[in-house]
Amino acid sequence: MRRDADLGFAAAFAPPLLDPAREVPTAVAGRNGKPAGRRYDVYRNNVTVSLIETLAAIYPAVQRITGPDFFRAMARFHVRSSPPASPLLFEYGHDFPDFIAGYEHAQDMPWLADVARIERAWLDAYHAADALTLAPMRLFAIAPERLGDLVLAPHPATRIVRSPYAAVTIFAANRDSAPVARIDASTPEDALITRAEFDVVVRHLPPGGAVFAASLMSGQPLGAAAMAAFDASPEFDIAANIAGLIEAGAFTSLAAGDA
Amino acid sequence: MSAKHVVTTLALAGAMSTALATLAAAGPLTKAEADAAVAAKKEKCFGVALKGQNDCAAGPGTTCQGTSTVDFQGNAWKFVQGGTCTSIDLPGGKKGSLKPV
Repeated sequence: MRRDADLGFAAAFAPPLLDPAREVPTAVAGRNGKPAGRRYDVYRNNVTVSLIETLAAIYPAVQRITGPDFFRAMARFHVRSSPPASPLLFEYGHDFPDFIAGYEHAQDMPWLADVARIERAWLDAYHAADALTLAPMRLFAIAPERLGDLVLAPHPATRIVRSPYAAVTIFAANRDSAPVARIDASTPEDALITRAEFDVVVRHLPPGGAVFAASLMSGQPLGAAAMAAFDASPEFDIAANIAGLIEAGAFTSLAAGDA
Repeated sequence: MSAKHVVTTLALAGAMSTALATLAAAGPLTKAEADAAVAAKKEKCFGVALKGQNDCAAGPGTTCQGTSTVDFQGNAWKFVQGGTCTSIDLPGGKKGSLKPV
């Protein structure tokens, strides 16, 4: 009973928090029933500002690229259209990159959403479960005729972000405080994000590398993944990609084919 | 485009032994070596674009953040991009701009 009453209060109290155009809830009043709009605005401000700061903390490169005023205006629109679904603030903002892609004032920065996707993947990798990475020794033991059927289990932190723009270069330059040199955004770049131990590392993937890694992560065997990668890019280098993925700690173990 | 590539057992075995030899030979890069590799444009091939920087990086909700800024109304429409976007070119006409909307 008590709980229902509390929920009823919250149901009336909460909706205008993210919409300054809505009336202050009638239950919010001062002495003698005087309206208490300014007091309510304290809550409005705290909710809105803390969510904008949440997005700024998750997407620092995006903020550096756009400047703080532009970022806060864009973030405010997003906060109002997508309130948090979880009480864990680091889980907030998963749909912010898609929002940026559709945001009318960011259309002349078509690479911005992909930079945001890398930043989101970075934080997801940071909070992913710990796991031991695949030791190269395990691969020595596999008979050559079984290699094609080899299936690898991805590390929980491993992420891939593909971009038709130079999103990796733009991301790396803006996660730093050093001055940003001129960047040609037109080179497509794919990112591999891993966290083998404690540090999240972002790497450029070579041609075909994203298709290869994504195929392996989805459970495709090594032979099929290599074929898909060759189809994506004739420059695909199997040896360099296997070595790179193992060194990055993208996988934890052999899931099948390790007789 | 290209015909379907066939990856033979022989090719896979060769690639795997090359990969393992690479892994055995490569010690972890020092910061200076990694920077040199990036400078030499080797970063296209599994080069590290960014690593570390984990201090205070656990994201929002893991630290005490003040909320003193009064910023909930957003009546001042600020759409002027003021950051590093002007350093980023997109050949074909489009480029980060400082245009007010």
